[in-house]
Amino acid sequence: MSFLKIDNATKSYGALEVLHNVDINVEEGEFLVLVGPSGCGKSTLLNMIAGLEDITSGTISIKGTPMNGVHPSKRNIAMVFQSYALYPNMSVAQNITFGLEMHGIPKAERQRAMEKVSDMLQITPLLKRKPGQLSGGQRQRVAMGRALVREPDVFLFDEPLSNLDAKLRVDMRTEIKKLHQKLGTTIVYVTHDQIEALTLSTRIAVMNSGFIQQLGTPKEIYDTPANLFVATFMGSPSMNLLNVNVVSDETGLYAETKSALDEVVRLKFPDPSEALKSYAGKSIKVGIRPEAITDPEGADRNAQHLEHVTSRVIVTEPAGSDTFVMTTMGGRDCNARMRADAQVQPGQDVVFTFNMDKAISFDPETEIRIA
Amino acid sequence: MSAASTENAIHTGRFARALIYLVLILFALFYLLPFGIMVLNSVKPLAEITGGNMMALPQVLTFEPWAKAWSTAQIGVDPTGLKPYFWNSIKMVVPAVVISTVLGALNGYVLTKWRFRGDTILFGMMLFACFIPFQIVLIPMARILGLAGLAGSTPGLVLVHVVYGLGFTTLYFKNYYQVFPTELIRAAQIDGAGFFRIFWRILLPSSGPIIVVSVIWQFTNIWNDFLFGASFADLDSQPMTVALNNLVQSSTGVKEYNVHFAGAILAALPTLLVYIVAGRYFVRGLMAGSVKG
Repeated sequence: MSFLKIDNATKSYGALEVLHNVDINVEEGEFLVLVGPSGCGKSTLLNMIAGLEDITSGTISIKGTPMNGVHPSKRNIAMVFQSYALYPNMSVAQNITFGLEMHGIPKAERQRAMEKVSDMLQITPLLKRKPGQLSGGQRQRVAMGRALVREPDVFLFDEPLSNLDAKLRVDMRTEIKKLHQKLGTTIVYVTHDQIEALTLSTRIAVMNSGFIQQLGTPKEIYDTPANLFVATFMGSPSMNLLNVNVVSDETGLYAETKSALDEVVRLKFPDPSEALKSYAGKSIKVGIRPEAITDPEGADRNAQHLEHVTSRVIVTEPAGSDTFVMTTMGGRDCNARMRADAQVQPGQDVVFTFNMDKAISFDPETEIRIA
Repeated sequence: MSAASTENAIHTGRFARALIYLVLILFALFYLLPFGIMVLNSVKPLAEITGGNMMALPQVLTFEPWAKAWSTAQIGVDPTGLKPYFWNSIKMVVPAVVISTVLGALNGYVLTKWRFRGDTILFGMMLFACFIPFQIVLIPMARILGLAGLAGSTPGLVLVHVVYGLGFTTLYFKNYYQVFPTELIRAAQIDGAGFFRIFWRILLPSSGPIIVVSVIWQFTNIWNDFLFGASFADLDSQPMTVALNNLVQSSTGVKEYNVHFAGAILAALPTLLVYIVAGRYFVRGLMAGSVKG
């Protein structure tokens, strides 16, 4: 019996169905991230779990109890909003204890709970202030305190970090992860930021246009994306997609394309599956992440199948820790991640090393990964 | 929010500044002139007004006209002064302002945060109250007051003013709550607050500026109303405006201009007071940019 069970849930506004037959089971203590571009239905799904939106059909149950039609305050959930939604007229302390007060918890107990939470989040010096007098990071903490103090079954986070500046966002991300490890609570977290999804989650649901595209651990999502959408949405810079022809000869199966020097390039598929072999003579898309294309010295030592290709550099983007080097393959941009001190200039012809262990093939028609 | 700074003010030369002040002072004097004349003449004996210059300063200072206007002037058939009518007005204005503001706030809350099918049409229909001239509703209103048994009473007048003011107060509060973050309402719902608790604990404490706007608007309109007062009030519920008219328009005896001036100022004082006291909060509220993130 899973802790939070979303069973065949759909959501329609009139005739328009925005969420299609979603099935997710969340175990106790899991950190599930719903990620996708805006308008994919992730926030709608979160609001349905919270009870702020009706469920058109299907059921959502928490601890085995169906929650359809149950009022948000009776679901034993807590939510952190994107705008923090702190009550502007109340002090930090009142903000934190408001929910307890509404649930009729006696004052002494409220006080104890608040002290515990404010201690944990280090917001004790702020308790008397109004939300208007707090910085973004402090408001974020207070919003989390308000959620934590209720000790709910499920925490819901609706893009909680997107209003913070870049540095603070990274700090708070770590903080949320620490908190989850310490408290072991069940969390459903909505974001459009794939880095947040990968770093925080124990499992990710990638969503697009109302469908779950893939549900899996961060590693599964990153290494074996189910389709082209997941492959390109997750990871930054995004995965390179090469249009190749599948060529078969007695030495094996190859992906054939052209470099920026207009030379024919043949990349060998290591241990091709039967499914992939059946594409021989056809064209497919091969996805390779930038970190799987390097300079020869920077290649992964444990890689089994490296292919060296000479091609022309179009643009270099030094990013401090790495240098991203752009070339073309089969007429399309191809981004490689080289070491920071790799001596590469635009216009040069250099050797790119492809780690074919990491190459993923997609059917160009269905956009689904060829297993 | 820190106090308004002068950093953004446009810097001008001394001469230009002096000119600006001069023009402003002249305009202020111009606007104050009628009121000044009223005050001057309300503290003169009648002989000074009838015998000479209205603009002159009083030679004998007397507050007799004020006392007379307040408590002994002949109004209608009784020499009661304006006093009982002043209280009639208060008894009408206070409940009417409070009820119409509270209902307007509730309407605004429902129309923005608890939306339902057809709410925009309903709101559009409520807005008609802002555009219908008073005169058109006189006869239907008289009929309704008669049927409800409220004709010629203060509660009847309160009802009339509440109904008429509701369009405005609803408009004010709806516009104000429109930009009030809905996430706050959702957070309160998850926290377990119900419809009225959210209104009372979250929304109302943040509504200061718009409450002031609504109160100023309703108070001035209802206090200054003459038509409804003259049409629907009995002798013992007539508001100040009607009584003032009866005082000034009386066709028998000597016209006591000094008493009339004093009475007119008495009738205008409460609205003046409301502007002076609440106007500051009104402007401050508009400037403060109430809720931010």
